[in-house]
Amino acid sequence: MSGRISLVLCVVLLAVAPLVLSPFRLGLLAKYLCFAIVAVGIALAWGRGGMLTLGQGVFFGLGGYAMGMHLKLREAGPAGLPDFMVWSGVEELPALWKPSANPVFALAAVVVLPGLVAFLLGLLVFRQRVRGAYFAILSQALAAAFVILLVGRQGLTGGTNGLTNFSRFFALDLTDPGGRRVVYAITAAALVLTYLAVKLVVRSRFGALLVAVRDHEDRVRFLGYDPALVKTITFAASAVVAGLAGALFVPVVGIISPALLGVVPSLELLVGVALGGRFSLAGAVAGAIAVNYAKTLFSEDFPEGWLYLQGGLFVLVLVFAPRGLAGVVEAARDRFRRRPREEVAG
Amino acid sequence: MNPVLEVRGLRVVFDGFAALDGVDLTVAEGELRFLIGPNGAGKTTLIDVITGLTRPAAGSVRFDGVELVGLREHRVVRLGVGRTFQTAAVFEELSVVDNLDLAAGFRLPLRSLLRRRRGISDEVAAALETAGLTALADRPAGVLSHGQRQWLEIGMLLVQRPRLLLLDEPVAGMSRDERERTGGLLERIARTHTVVVVEHDMEFLRRYAREVTVLHQGRVLREGSVAEVQDDPRVREVYLGRSKGEAVT
Ligand SMILES: Nc1ncnc2c1ncn2[C@@H]1O[C@H](COP(=O)(O)OP(=O)(O)O)[C@@H](O)[C@H]1O
Ligand SMILES: [Mg+2]
Repeated sequence: MSGRISLVLCVVLLAVAPLVLSPFRLGLLAKYLCFAIVAVGIALAWGRGGMLTLGQGVFFGLGGYAMGMHLKLREAGPAGLPDFMVWSGVEELPALWKPSANPVFALAAVVVLPGLVAFLLGLLVFRQRVRGAYFAILSQALAAAFVILLVGRQGLTGGTNGLTNFSRFFALDLTDPGGRRVVYAITAAALVLTYLAVKLVVRSRFGALLVAVRDHEDRVRFLGYDPALVKTITFAASAVVAGLAGALFVPVVGIISPALLGVVPSLELLVGVALGGRFSLAGAVAGAIAVNYAKTLFSEDFPEGWLYLQGGLFVLVLVFAPRGLAGVVEAARDRFRRRPREEVAG
Repeated sequence: MNPVLEVRGLRVVFDGFAALDGVDLTVAEGELRFLIGPNGAGKTTLIDVITGLTRPAAGSVRFDGVELVGLREHRVVRLGVGRTFQTAAVFEELSVVDNLDLAAGFRLPLRSLLRRRRGISDEVAAALETAGLTALADRPAGVLSHGQRQWLEIGMLLVQRPRLLLLDEPVAGMSRDERERTGGLLERIARTHTVVVVEHDMEFLRRYAREVTVLHQGRVLREGSVAEVQDDPRVREVYLGRSKGEAVT
């Protein structure tokens, strides 16, 4: 019940934000909301499923590039080429780009592409019973490789600069505060819907199965389920969510580039979730927003310091409060209510 | 009687040591078979091979004529073979009901799994009753005592409606009272299922066993009724030689 009240309160806050925040601040909030969407997916995969995914940046990037490519083609010059291709002397649109001109294809690719990549990867690794730290390292290596791939293909991907200079998001004018408010509204709605959808999954039988796989993978096999498949589906779902966030990030921030997707940004996505509490969806959302807000505050003044502060926070939370802020809040609430902990006699 | 389980020439080697060495075992439909033998005899290993956890070096395991060797664990379960573990393994963070519901739901398609559990199915309610856990239905399984966990595991097995149940030392570590209840449970289950029980508690054996297979050092030492097995001097020696307290008398 109190959960429902908090949810309504948050939705109200999100709805009021455009009325009270300057366009600049609203843009920042929209950016945090993008990361919060990723956080919901991470809380599902890591908190519920025990998969410490250090490569969410890849799926975020796949969604972002799928969206960015389409937007670039919409704004392409007379030759039908995105500006950066003209600058790097590309004369004909690469075949890889052609389907992106179709808006239906592009919108589908935003979620299908990351989902598919994660699904295939999951089948490959989970079937081989790769888990724990091995999975974490593997996903991190994936992020590193992805960045190298993007940077290396300058003419195709825009290289280090990525895709940028977007002035329109479909019918919306991104140079106009009104248009940007709509983008914010779409992002906020996407967060709420993602949260609700994942919440339904968490509460379903599948959610229970996921916790069972996390805590006792080997035992789950003897219930007749294939844990590899359960993990693969969940991992793919978290990738879809990250892809959606990446796609929204493009109109919100106006850029998608390798610097946003590599090992460090992928880790940063995790820090908020750890801090807020990976076992709680709401905690993960709050953590992601808080950490990114703090980053804005601190990193302007001490960019180096922020990195260390963040790393330190991450370790501290994992060691001393593995359930994050949500865990601290729950513990406090339990104490407040003085719920007696009955013992069950054998 | 139709044989449900046919184990032939099973050999399992761990680092050059043969944990099972040419084991044959046939279990007929509806049978309650006790599998006994001193520690390290290979009883758990035999169950591990049947359920796909351990790959044998040689031999075959047929269930209803279907070869089980080489199948992955969840496939074996889906064919109708269920097991419990020596140290009961339940999902501690999930409620008792959810543990049972999950066990019962393994044949559900994904789209049904993605729905929320509504209430308690008759089957799960019956298993709660059988396992004596109705009062604890909504508590996390983590709060259960050792004995209750074993019963929950048996309940989880029952809702899966397996054709063959393999129970690995279900009364180990239980109090006298708990053993009594487990024995009653076992008798009830055996009326409608084919069951193989690993158990070397002699008192329990005498009370509940019909057919017994004795395993020793990875081989079948003797097979027969409780009385026959107890009278076999080789069986006596195996047990007497190890621990007088467990002598078969
Ligand atoms: N995974 C394993 N690796 C190596 N040796 C094992 C393994 N599992 C069992 N063993 C050995 O195989 C023998 C049979 O073990 P087990 O089947 O557990 O015996 P029981 O259940 O009859 O007490 C023992 O000597 C045990 O040490
Ligand atoms: Mg054993």
